[in-house]
Amino acid sequence: MKMKAFFSKLKDIRLNRWQRILLIIVLAGIVISAPYIIEDNYVLHILILCGIYVCLTLSLNLIIGWSGQFSLGHVCFYGMGAYITTLLITQQNMGFFQATLLSTLLTSIFAMLLCLPTLKLRGDYLAVITLGFGEVFRLFLTNAVDLTKGPAGIPNIPDPVLFGFEISSKQAYFYFIAIVVAVFLFFMKRFNNSGFGMAMMVVNEDDIAATALGINVVKYKLWGFVIGGGMAAMIGSFYAVYMGMISPTSFAYAESIKMVSMVVLGGMGSIPGSVLGAVLLTALPEVLRSFSEYRMVVYGALMVIMMIFRPEGIWARSNRMLNEYKIRAFESVKK
Amino acid sequence: MFFQHLINGIIVGGIYAMVALGYSMVYGVLQIVNWAHADVLMFATFIGLILATKLNMPVLVMIILAAAFAAILGMSVERVAYRPIKSGNRKMAVLVSALGMSTFLQNLAQLIFGSTTRQFKAIESKTYMVGGLSISNLQILILVVTAIMLLILYILVYKTKVGVAMRACSVSVNNAKLMGINTNLIISGTFAIGAFMAGVAGILIGVYYSAVYPTMGYLLGMKAFAAAILGGIGSIMGSVLGGFIIGIIECLGAGYISPAYRDAFAFLVMIVILVIRPSGLMGAKRIDKV
Repeated sequence: MKMKAFFSKLKDIRLNRWQRILLIIVLAGIVISAPYIIEDNYVLHILILCGIYVCLTLSLNLIIGWSGQFSLGHVCFYGMGAYITTLLITQQNMGFFQATLLSTLLTSIFAMLLCLPTLKLRGDYLAVITLGFGEVFRLFLTNAVDLTKGPAGIPNIPDPVLFGFEISSKQAYFYFIAIVVAVFLFFMKRFNNSGFGMAMMVVNEDDIAATALGINVVKYKLWGFVIGGGMAAMIGSFYAVYMGMISPTSFAYAESIKMVSMVVLGGMGSIPGSVLGAVLLTALPEVLRSFSEYRMVVYGALMVIMMIFRPEGIWARSNRMLNEYKIRAFESVKK
Repeated sequence: MFFQHLINGIIVGGIYAMVALGYSMVYGVLQIVNWAHADVLMFATFIGLILATKLNMPVLVMIILAAAFAAILGMSVERVAYRPIKSGNRKMAVLVSALGMSTFLQNLAQLIFGSTTRQFKAIESKTYMVGGLSISNLQILILVVTAIMLLILYILVYKTKVGVAMRACSVSVNNAKLMGINTNLIISGTFAIGAFMAGVAGILIGVYYSAVYPTMGYLLGMKAFAAAILGGIGSIMGSVLGGFIIGIIECLGAGYISPAYRDAFAFLVMIVILVIRPSGLMGAKRIDKV
């Protein structure tokens, strides 16, 4: 109960403009100085992974939390982005930037095509269809040896060159992902406050009421998948160049499950929740490393315990905010 | 060759059907997907392996004991991971809790039994030739056990008082409670029956492929779940039908198209059927919102 009160107090804090700018400057300072303070490359690696998962969780949360479609095959978009970018870089000698743009576009189109036949499904059925797509995608990666080099994966992906800088060290990658996370967070914040995002949330809450408000339900459901899939593809591209090699094992079903756990644990439709969930579930196995072989057992048990005590997630979207959104969505549609 | 593939498909399909029933019955009563189902199956198979190799038990006794263990484990999973979750977006919370339970069981098995693949030789395998088709004594055992299990389940659900209570719960848990049915008991019972069937299925598939390992539940569980969805989750007849369809299509696809994509066929068929008929082959059409 105490924790609940603490969180609801924390959630109700509203910063004014100067406080917000100050907060951003402090956070930026911490991020910029982090690689100088942390000398351990392994810790830096974990931080980069945290960044990757924060972005992935945000993109999946857009599909699950905002557009209200339960996708268990997010790894499909993530992996598709990684593989298309890698193939474009290694075989077509394309730059990282262009390759990422193209793979994001292609993945978004694929996401839309995937979404079209599944629009009339909901809940668990949609979850299973997306899960099936993820599984078929992984089998394709494993078996289409000519294209993807099969289970061995594609090695030696060159480091990206962005605006004349070659990004190769852990420090450089850390700054890179920090910028990406910042852009994603900014985008989600703007998206959340836009009429578009609010309308999507209303569709999620009650699609019949949304129809009555004059909101085109199908359009918003489609856009949920398109935007979320595209974002995941971008992060997939980053993952590919960061790791330097990709193989189908990185895009197995367990990854999708991990992402869904992060979304639900953090809180559906909540931006701070996504960050918390992603960082917690990425860092937890590392913190539990001292338990060595027991750590995954403890991890599973903790997931159960957390859901029993906070079933709505750590940082759930508050109802007051939701009502505000509904009113504003209605007004934005009326215009 | 066609009939050979068909027979293999029916045998694997029977096992899928038994596992699918566990998913389907739990979904029918609680409208949640029991993601830890496949891991309960794996645990039971390991117990069966130990009973058979360390204690030299006869096969039938071993199957019954291991499946009983699965039933207890299944009930405990419901008690620990599902029942305490009451508020919030319950469906999502239960999902994550179930995934946590699944991780827990899988890694616990790895700790206790090790992560290597173990052989499971409970019965000497013999192959008979019948009219140009080869069929082994293992396959006959699987067919017989599957048939008996499905028959028992049918009688239990459609011919007994407990079955009536279970079906009442699947229509509406709250209304069943008003009619004086001890719904908590029925829910526990549903988990126990589903886990029992899964335990039997796990041992049969472990003996059939002679391989037991901590992640064996995953693919088997996925396909069984696909079968349950395909047949219409919540419907008992649908799950059995779905199991056989998935098994047969998988074996035919592996035989005629490409063995590498063997696992993909199950999912592709499921996707196609769901797109054409969203509530599954025999699922009742439900209106979620009006």
